[in-house]
Amino acid sequence: MSTVRVLVGTRKGAFVLTSDGKRVRWDVRGPYFGGWELYHLKGSPADPHRLYASQSSGWFGQQIQRSNDGGQTWEPVGNTFVYDGVPGTHQWYDGTPRPWEFKRVWHLEPSLTDPDTVYAGVEDAALFHSTDGGQTWQEFPGLRGAQGPLWQPGAGGMCLHTIVLDPSHPARIFIAISAAGTFRTDDAGKTWRPMNRGLRSEGIPNPHAEVGHCVHRIAMHSSRPSVLFMQKHWDVMRSDDAGESWHEVSGNLPTDFGFPIDVHAHEPDTIYVVPITSDSEHYPPEGKLRVYRSRTGGNEWEALTKGLPQRDCYVNVLRDAMTVDALDPCGLYFGTTGGQVYGSADAGDSWAPIVRDLPPVLSVEVQTLP
Amino acid sequence: MIRVVLPTHLRTLARVDGEVQLDVEGPATLRAVLDTLEVRYPMLRGTIRDHGTQRRRAFVRFFACEQDLSHASPDALLPDAVAIGAEPLLIVGAMAGG
Repeated sequence: MSTVRVLVGTRKGAFVLTSDGKRVRWDVRGPYFGGWELYHLKGSPADPHRLYASQSSGWFGQQIQRSNDGGQTWEPVGNTFVYDGVPGTHQWYDGTPRPWEFKRVWHLEPSLTDPDTVYAGVEDAALFHSTDGGQTWQEFPGLRGAQGPLWQPGAGGMCLHTIVLDPSHPARIFIAISAAGTFRTDDAGKTWRPMNRGLRSEGIPNPHAEVGHCVHRIAMHSSRPSVLFMQKHWDVMRSDDAGESWHEVSGNLPTDFGFPIDVHAHEPDTIYVVPITSDSEHYPPEGKLRVYRSRTGGNEWEALTKGLPQRDCYVNVLRDAMTVDALDPCGLYFGTTGGQVYGSADAGDSWAPIVRDLPPVLSVEVQTLP
Repeated sequence: MIRVVLPTHLRTLARVDGEVQLDVEGPATLRAVLDTLEVRYPMLRGTIRDHGTQRRRAFVRFFACEQDLSHASPDALLPDAVAIGAEPLLIVGAMAGG
């Protein structure tokens, strides 16, 4: 029987949750790297035993950890992230120029085909990659050529937080930056274009500007890589042309502010978001924790509430803290800033807490193992 | 032999228990101690001082013999008691909650 392994990054360490295909009984291991911030952990699609983890600390900086045995043991690998050349300046919150400065790795995206190749999205925004299992890292400086001096930080910092690899075009990568927007390369990272046509954002001088949008996350189904879904600061958006243009699909959501967005493993038009009250109130509307599901690729949404707290709940779900497994029925998992990790083994129809009292959850990923 | 006490998180990262004892070649300066420490424990590179500039990370401090050496030149000689191993060099994470 298949098993699932859920990788949880928190403010104070990492946890590994495992279960069989029924996804009812769970084994919880951790904390790994106790006391450190684990922004993200992810397994290689090409070798599920190979995991990468971003470990950081305000005191001691950035570490990258690598496991070759599915998370039982770890070893620190390379932690030198040096921008290529002189990166110049981006905009600070008040619009003044600010030099680029490395702060941390937000997201690690292992290659679809090579366990030793992995991409790292960092703050201040840049994309690095390693082809030696994380020992050394090189930047793709061409990304800053896509109007980098005009990018500005969101509230969480100027972070490159989303990396989506196109399985049908190996040289095509989508990334997203807060608050700059979505960008795409078609030549394996050498050159990049902003892909933000159709986005509209208040809070920037030109709401339709080519860059400056606070994209929170983008998601793709591997069977249909030209269709992208986006949770923006406000607005849930969809692109049917690989990011060339976007249109809004917020529809009947109670609020279209939020952070994560994900696609069902087997139904490319079934998508999930977790609406949050507003940009100044980072908790669910009415104190009810609800995942919303659309089976129509957006616009028509239904609330999924069974097993989730429907009163007095004021947690947030961060952008990398929701994921889907590959089993049938599809499983969903998300973690909250209150330290709960919820799982659903029936595509979101019902939920149960896997663990309730972790530190604030920063990221949740899942591996479906044979 | 120079004795170095690492903060808890760096002991865990370097997988050491208790003090680290280093044989430092040449004058016993902070730079020489950190160079030797990072050769023996490469995973500590970037955790105490910046990879490129070699400047002390903002939330790290250096104490020895009841003195704060955080702002001394990295090329200044460490106190004699540290150089002969009578007292340890303390590498400390700045006091903070959370």
